[in-house]
Amino acid sequence: MNETSASLSKYSSSPAESVLSLYDLSFCYQANQPAVMEHFHLNIPRGSITAILGPNGAGKTTLLLLGLGWLRPQQGQVLREGKPLRRFSRREMGQWCALVPQSEHIPFEYSVLEYVLLGRSPYLNPLEMPTEQDCQIALQALAQMGLSQLADRSILSLSGGERQLVLVARALAQQPRLLFLDEPAAHLDLANKERLVQLLRALNQSGITIILTTHEPEVASSLATHLVLVQRGKVLHAGSFQEIFTAENLSELYGLAVEVVEHKGRRLVLWA
Amino acid sequence: MQFNRQGLLITLGVWLAVSVILALFIGRYPTPSILTLDRLLSDDLAQRLVWNLRLPRVFSALMLGMSLSAAGTVLQMLFGNPLIEPGFLGVSQGAAFGAAFSIIFLGNAAWLVQLNAALFAFVGLGFSYFLARRVRFGGWVLRLVLAGIAVSALFSSGVGILKYMADPLRQLQEITFWLLGGLWSSTWAQTLSILPVVLVGLTIAFLMRWRLNLLSLTDEAAFSLGASPNRERILLLFAVVSATAAVISAAGVVGWVGLIIPHIARRIFGADARYSLPAAMLIGGWFVLACDTLARTLMAGEIPLGILTSLIGAGLFMIMMLSRGFRLER
Repeated sequence: MNETSASLSKYSSSPAESVLSLYDLSFCYQANQPAVMEHFHLNIPRGSITAILGPNGAGKTTLLLLGLGWLRPQQGQVLREGKPLRRFSRREMGQWCALVPQSEHIPFEYSVLEYVLLGRSPYLNPLEMPTEQDCQIALQALAQMGLSQLADRSILSLSGGERQLVLVARALAQQPRLLFLDEPAAHLDLANKERLVQLLRALNQSGITIILTTHEPEVASSLATHLVLVQRGKVLHAGSFQEIFTAENLSELYGLAVEVVEHKGRRLVLWA
Repeated sequence: MQFNRQGLLITLGVWLAVSVILALFIGRYPTPSILTLDRLLSDDLAQRLVWNLRLPRVFSALMLGMSLSAAGTVLQMLFGNPLIEPGFLGVSQGAAFGAAFSIIFLGNAAWLVQLNAALFAFVGLGFSYFLARRVRFGGWVLRLVLAGIAVSALFSSGVGILKYMADPLRQLQEITFWLLGGLWSSTWAQTLSILPVVLVGLTIAFLMRWRLNLLSLTDEAAFSLGASPNRERILLLFAVVSATAAVISAAGVVGWVGLIIPHIARRIFGADARYSLPAAMLIGGWFVLACDTLARTLMAGEIPLGILTSLIGAGLFMIMMLSRGFRLER
């Protein structure tokens, strides 16, 4: 507990300056089950790329779903720019933040464009049809991901990696200020990983705050400005990437002796 | 692509309108024939036949086909499962039980049978809904599906018991005929009595047709895109299931329409419900109208409508399964 508070004080300052803050969160999926998250504190600084790094089952996805407001904590609060999430309408939330899930079950053969167009939902009331302008924004999002040529293809005919990029395009069509990505690089090959990293950097430059979860230290080291190490529902360490990405911290996180080496200004993890 | 789909929808609409007019002129009078305009204008009995019998029946057939197809499309999308049909959630079996109960214990007047069918359709729906709410595990979709299966089984065993108790000479025949479905009892009073519910249900579904795409996604995805998925799904669910309960109460259990028509519509128009929902309504309306016209024309005794729709529907389904490019996810 002391350790968590100490690292928190080094990491960003007050909830008011943070885009998103989780304050003293405790969460469990069912009343009689052990807590997934206990007394969890976290502030996400505006304009950062925050990577949430931790072993499988550490509660990373749960953390994103709490930040999104889909899961409600039993205790504590989630604050959007200092105000509790419940003060915002569903549409206000959808215009403000977007989620790129790890994978998504798609029950019908939508075309890629129809699917990306759904990203415009938060800007339309439930009875409205998307306009020509919404269509243009969706096409633009596809172009940004380099997927324009797939617009009329059936989404079920795409490969896993392509679908992942389509999900990112849908999130872009939401024009969010804050972007959650759940293991965004998990299904991508090296070239697509590089494309995603470049794109996320560019989005970040344009003012979008990015929070992503990953279990791979390489993904975190390739773009994160801030790092949160999560272990069994607790923040192990949090702070700027430079501060936190050390051999000592990562060894503690994975329970495994690792080395961190620097190569051309980039930190790499060596194991085994 | 979009222009084509819109054009095709309009073509379907025109075709349906033409079919409605044709259906008014086709039928037994007294042998299978097509009324000529001259005959209609000069023959008083023919006028009454068309106005009092055929017209309400044609409207009932349209409402039946449109409601079942729209409900099928909506439910398949809401549950993200292309194998669901509108009688699901205890509605069909509830209505069947209500009708059989009425025939045996209360009397076989058409209005009484219908009232009971409608009542028990809603009892089935309500029972499924509250059962699903009390289930302690699984997501909302899984719980509704399980509750629907259990409640349907309960009512269908109830129907079995009632059939066993029924007088085999009078009541059993009547129950069987009702279970096979048909529109032979259509009157203006009946048609107008189900119209409001059908109109409201179909209008809600039609207005929310683009939203349906969003609601077909997982809960988390729909939520992250700014929807309140459970609230919106329940609104749509009650809208289309109410319409279904209304038409089932009037026509009995007419099978396969709600399952097969949404597939055909998606096959032609793509998955986007902006097009596939109105398409399903138009195709479904036409399909039931055509089947019902055959049902009352082909033989001197009426062929139960449900037999025709099942026969043709199951046949179409087999053809679709065997044809190239057909696939179901899940």
